[in-house]
Amino acid sequence: MSTADAILSVDLVSKQFDVSAPWLNRVLERKPRLFVKAVNEVSFSIPRGSCFSIVGESGCGKSTVARLVTGLYSTSAGEIRFGPGTAGRAVRVQMIFQDPQSSLNPRWRVGDIIAEPIREMKLRKTENETRERVEDLLRIVGLAADDVAKFPHEFSGGQRQRISIARALASEPELLVCDEPTSALDVSVQAQILNLMRRLQQELGLTYLFISHDLSVVRHMSDTIAVMYLGRIVEMAPAEVLFTAPQHPYSQLLLGTIPDIHAPNRDRSPQTGEPPSPLDPPPGCTFHPRCPLADARCSREDPVLRAHGRASVSCHAVAEGRAPALDRKDT
Amino acid sequence: MMLRSAISPENLGTATAPPVLEVSNLTVEFPTRHGTLTAIDDVSMRIEPGEILGVVGESGAGKSITGLAVLGLLETPGRIAGGEIHVAGHRVDTLSEDELTKVRGSEMGAIFQDPLTALNPLFSIGAQLVETIRLHTGLSKEGARDRALHLLREVGIPAPEERLKQFPHQFSGGMRQRVVIALALAAEPGLIIADEPTTALDVSIQAQITTLLRRLCKEHRTGIMLVTHDMGVIAETADRVAVMYSGRMVETGRVEDVIHDPQHPYTKGLMAAIPSLHDRVEILTQIDGSMPRLNTRPAGCAFNPRCSVAGPRCRLDRPEMVAAGRNRAACFLHDGGTQ
Repeated sequence: MSTADAILSVDLVSKQFDVSAPWLNRVLERKPRLFVKAVNEVSFSIPRGSCFSIVGESGCGKSTVARLVTGLYSTSAGEIRFGPGTAGRAVRVQMIFQDPQSSLNPRWRVGDIIAEPIREMKLRKTENETRERVEDLLRIVGLAADDVAKFPHEFSGGQRQRISIARALASEPELLVCDEPTSALDVSVQAQILNLMRRLQQELGLTYLFISHDLSVVRHMSDTIAVMYLGRIVEMAPAEVLFTAPQHPYSQLLLGTIPDIHAPNRDRSPQTGEPPSPLDPPPGCTFHPRCPLADARCSREDPVLRAHGRASVSCHAVAEGRAPALDRKDT
Repeated sequence: MMLRSAISPENLGTATAPPVLEVSNLTVEFPTRHGTLTAIDDVSMRIEPGEILGVVGESGAGKSITGLAVLGLLETPGRIAGGEIHVAGHRVDTLSEDELTKVRGSEMGAIFQDPLTALNPLFSIGAQLVETIRLHTGLSKEGARDRALHLLREVGIPAPEERLKQFPHQFSGGMRQRVVIALALAAEPGLIIADEPTTALDVSIQAQITTLLRRLCKEHRTGIMLVTHDMGVIAETADRVAVMYSGRMVETGRVEDVIHDPQHPYTKGLMAAIPSLHDRVEILTQIDGSMPRLNTRPAGCAFNPRCSVAGPRCRLDRPEMVAAGRNRAACFLHDGGTQ
């Protein structure tokens, strides 16, 4: 992927968390220090105006990547670079969180919640202009201008997520990091929020880094998708390519096991096994204990992300041509 | 509404054993200081042996309350204000708490969303299984232990002998849910109420659990009421589905029919709102607004403010369940056609 027009490039970024026992316990019980590698040498770049998604199961490190990009965590290794912003300023990044119940201050009025970034960054000169901007933002996300005086609890879950989106847009960001923005919402409301996000992307030229465990939502939103497993990207491909011809055995497992409402009661043979503990990841390819194609090399050697067709895959079996091609077009 | 109207046409004449669950005209109310809230309003359903009925709806639609009412686990001040619940031919909604305790576990089992809170963290898995088995079967300690081993093997837990001695925190989420399923199966109940059994689990584990539920249901002829908000899980697991909206059932039918040919405007909207895995559309069909809260439910059909085909009659009268295509739906579109 060319990085020339990238709004964000993440280069071999890792994040370790220290989960050691307290100092005294370590001394008395001779426990070693313990680290979790939540994100392990992850690289990707996001072209301006596109939607890049990261999918994976809980604990794979996808939310950690989101927090690294927004600066809520500092990196342990590697580099995160932003491209040049428009109008000569740095790229502004904002985040939308999963649960609007806990990401909005219950004691603040909606008007103040949305105005905070505007006041903080001095984006408008007078209080009047700020109020106008807040009312505009409310209208953009499909709420009424007179909602400014209400408190978050007066809104439904979907409306609250609209408020979070309005707050995120208040600082005129170019890159929005969305961490499971619709996971707490019901299906009929989820569709409203996804449509709103798509419309905003087109109207405001936003770039999205989209984090989700829901593959159908990701398919709907994304241009490019990265599949993460135990802190690593195992496959990265354009959405169409990943969904029609997943190459990594884990991508195939994920796509094969998601319930598909358009194929009710289809026979499935779910793969056995569970993700191993990130505290004690298996040597070599971390997926090898669950992988049907694993051989001796997989349990010894780390695979690296390599281009295969239009996708990048991190798998020895795919590199050696041992992996069967899977075409999901007919299923 | 006639009591028999809850029977779906495909089941007529085939039932020899009584249905494992028959709910007729169930109404559940919550008296509050600001008036009585009706959480479940005139809901009827029935589950045959070996059948999985999926109950689907958005949060607050009343699907969990239906499950809790069947189990007799409604929290006060909630109460059953009308209707009857029969489990394996016996009426259970009028039983005393003592009698209910005997029925629960032996005739109906429960699987809840979070397996960590369903298990006691202070006792080993073995102790909890043996206690439950002995309570319902009167087996000896050794007999109960053998049965516990058998159950763990049955739900696919490797090395059950060692696992019996372990505590809930030593199990992963998926394994814990298997233990909860083993507990629910302990006395071989004819009916299992599974309330969001896979919601707390990752997709790859979710598939293992739904496959297990399906296998157990077919092998033991257990009837399962699968309560979930996830249409995908229903599509993969259930035989029939009941769609709930704001305390009422709006549509029921075979899973394929409801998914491919929904009849109620709400079900139609719901199916179209789910992003597809197969092709990408620019704009998803959305149902504007959100489900009304219990205290602001509109007159007539509860869906009428969000419905694109609502007419004057929808704002006045409440539609009853009538035959609609191959399904049954509560909508005036199918009841005389005049909205």
